[in-house]
Amino acid sequence: MVTGAEMLSIAAFLEGRHAQAFPSFGSERTGAPVVAYCRIDDKEIRLREPIMAPDALIIQDPTLFHQVDVFAGLMDDGYILVNTSRSFAELGIADVVAGRDARRLCTVPATELAIKHVGRPVPNVPLLGAFAAISGMFSLESVAKAIGEKFSGKVAEGNIAAATEAYETARRATKEPAHA
Amino acid sequence: MLKQTEGSHAVAEAVALCRPEVICAYPISPQTHIVEGLGEMVKAGEIKDCEFINVESEFAAMSVAIGSSAAGARTYTATASQGLLFMVEAVYNAAGLGLPIVMTVANRALGAPINIWNDHSDSMSQRDCGWIQLFAETNQEAVDLHIQGFKLAEELSMPVMVCMDGFILTHAYERVDMPTQEQVDAFLPKFEPRQVLDPAEPLSIGAMVGPEAYTEVRYLAHAKQMQALELIPQLGREFQEAFGRDSGGLIRSYRMDDAEVAVIALGSVLGTIKDTIDEMREQGVKIGVVGICSFRPFPLAEVREALARVRSYVVVEKSLAVGLGGVVASNVRMALAGRLHMRGHTVIAGLGGRAITKVSLHRAFAGVVSGELERVHFLDLDTNAVNAVLEHEKTVRRSGPIAENVLRTMRLVGAKIL
Amino acid sequence: MNQQVKFYQTGTRTVGNRLLAPEQRAIQADIERTNSLNCGHRACQGCGEALGARYAIDAAMRAANNQLIAANATGCLEVFSTPYPETSWQVPWIHSLFGNAAAVATGIAAAMRVKGKPDVRVVAQGGDGGTTDIGFGCLSGMFERNDDVLYICYDNEAYMNTGVQRSSATPGGARTATTMPLGEHPGNPFGQGKSVPLIAMAHEIPYVATATVADLRDLEAKVTKAIGIRGAKYMQVLVPCPLGWGAASQDTIKLARLAKECGLFPVFEAEFGEITGVSKIRSKVPVEEYLRPQRRYAHLFGKTPRAEDIARIQAKADRNIKKFGLLDQGEA
Repeated sequence: MVTGAEMLSIAAFLEGRHAQAFPSFGSERTGAPVVAYCRIDDKEIRLREPIMAPDALIIQDPTLFHQVDVFAGLMDDGYILVNTSRSFAELGIADVVAGRDARRLCTVPATELAIKHVGRPVPNVPLLGAFAAISGMFSLESVAKAIGEKFSGKVAEGNIAAATEAYETARRATKEPAHA
Repeated sequence: MLKQTEGSHAVAEAVALCRPEVICAYPISPQTHIVEGLGEMVKAGEIKDCEFINVESEFAAMSVAIGSSAAGARTYTATASQGLLFMVEAVYNAAGLGLPIVMTVANRALGAPINIWNDHSDSMSQRDCGWIQLFAETNQEAVDLHIQGFKLAEELSMPVMVCMDGFILTHAYERVDMPTQEQVDAFLPKFEPRQVLDPAEPLSIGAMVGPEAYTEVRYLAHAKQMQALELIPQLGREFQEAFGRDSGGLIRSYRMDDAEVAVIALGSVLGTIKDTIDEMREQGVKIGVVGICSFRPFPLAEVREALARVRSYVVVEKSLAVGLGGVVASNVRMALAGRLHMRGHTVIAGLGGRAITKVSLHRAFAGVVSGELERVHFLDLDTNAVNAVLEHEKTVRRSGPIAENVLRTMRLVGAKIL
Repeated sequence: MNQQVKFYQTGTRTVGNRLLAPEQRAIQADIERTNSLNCGHRACQGCGEALGARYAIDAAMRAANNQLIAANATGCLEVFSTPYPETSWQVPWIHSLFGNAAAVATGIAAAMRVKGKPDVRVVAQGGDGGTTDIGFGCLSGMFERNDDVLYICYDNEAYMNTGVQRSSATPGGARTATTMPLGEHPGNPFGQGKSVPLIAMAHEIPYVATATVADLRDLEAKVTKAIGIRGAKYMQVLVPCPLGWGAASQDTIKLARLAKECGLFPVFEAEFGEITGVSKIRSKVPVEEYLRPQRRYAHLFGKTPRAEDIARIQAKADRNIKKFGLLDQGEA
């Protein structure tokens, strides 16, 4: 997740915007629940507080719904992107998404896509591709460039393929909002 | 070149551009990414003629640094929190010997209770150790201060501590303009030590000094810091000419021209304070902020001048002088000696990583404007929790461990995610 | 041509330098010696440490072709050699702290490598307190990394500079200011002991050696050998302290010799963790002969002699003799 926020900030930077990504500074253990934040703006970002009212939520692990109130503070017109092959209803959060703009809600099986293209369950990058699709804040091309800054060779290629497929999936899904 | 990168990585690159010759590394969060980055660069041959030494403790890290610096090598290390405390004896020694070591402190709280998150307790505990202490507001400034830091250290023959907020800066990805090697080479000359261990010219360094000369040696340390008060702004100007950026200096004022109320702070919280002040200005409050970059030497005259026209001020600081109040506040008060008409407040904030939010700052600053804020205020303190623990201690002799009592009262098990 | 060498000095086993070929003579006998620790320092009369340091550093200077830098721990040696503004050191010398001489030396060695001066050799030195106690962490780190440093511990078995307090090198039964000869178990408790030479060997560093100021030729030879080796080297030199041990100034050499001859201080060399040489006991003496002249053991020989304690000390010596093979076959 930390890497996801960092790459999101790189993608925004590549489009000439100011971006600030930072983790919730928890334990160093891999696998511990973490929150990472990203601010994107057209001017210098000075604010250093955690994001308490996000415009968008990217949820990498839907099992956290039962441990943490991940939706706290989310703007009414905010984006929700969840890494899952299930629907919002199947996840048991239909009430959370009720009344929200369906074009801003999306589920994408990012872990599966990562395994398919990268060979490892690393859903960050496909989630980033999907977020580019639903938010339109930055292009898939910038996501690919950001991937290029973090990875190289086959890993980079696999991640770009995963991001591309996630981008397409998310675009299709939000164009035909059948869930919620 | 502009790039979007992690603060630690940017600092590692900046240190690499300074052509360090010996780097001592001992891991402690949140400093780790910096020395990891440097270790990688040395291994990959990107930093030439450099020894990267993995030592067995922070005490050893500073001791190895003392040896290599005294032998004429440009020397760097980084630490934080308990690590800084563990090396304290050597930290004082490096300063006493006048060795121009540069060290990053990725600011973090001190235990007990153990806490890995950001505040300024670690650096502040060393305010009188004889090192120059520069505080970075952004990752850009952290990069720039390291480059200036080596030059400052070597010109004065005195160690420099570059303090940057742990996690908030070290782990943040943001835009940084990285200088080129040519730029840094042109700005930072080769290290010409004032004293060096050299078989061609044997000398003794570190001899015992008795009452007949100790005061003089200590005075010279003070005199050098007074020289630094001149040199720091001068280097800031030279830096601006060479790199086109205003970075470093002693203090930096923001919206202070007609301010009636001043905020004084250091480090990354200045950004949040500036945003808060902008919002208050929109509501017509005449408030500004003075950011302190150089905490040691402390720019008494500059702070006094910057606050010449305000009627009240508040020091927001991430450190606590237990039993007194604020550390920075005590220094500011010294700068304002004799100004009896000025009302001063201290806000202790952000201890152990507690987020300093605009909402809370608005509330505190409103209290400063109205004069209703306590003289020493703990931002967002859970008074119910502390009162409950104090009450518990009154009634039960074996009241148990303090931290655990607070957590139980707050119904928390361990640290929250947010 | 079986001409007998004629010994002019009787009652000793010392061969005068003038009877030796020039290349065999002691470095101290050489007019070219560097006097690294020059006269005028303020050590006590009969100081074993001053003697040991002078021989060791002069030998190191010769071996290093005068390209030597020394780091010194806090302690007697540091204090008596450099009272401001005077210094007795004729080598580049730095004192930083009590517990960091090994690490400071590591830093110097790193600087020499990076500056392209591999011919400059680095020595760190300290007393037993600065080595076996407070400097132990840095010392072990220096060993483990195999830093190119010769660390010399001048072992006088207590904190002498601060007024004779117990260190981890203080032997069982010995009186110090913090292990007074009082109560049921007078003197220093009999603990497990702490042999830093053996601990150094456990790091499998290239060279470990012990020596005493009773055999200064041996000390010179070992320092010379150590300086010629790259990597971490450790030497522990027994340097009796007249003040701390409660002994006569003129007995420093004698006590050092007795410590070795009774087996309490084994003199040996080791390379990469294996013992490669042992100085055999020439004429074995009971520990009592070594203990008696020292007032720090006076309570063992009082009105009610503490035979049990003396036996324990003898047992320690016997263990050393067996463990290190200090006696030639048939002599035991």
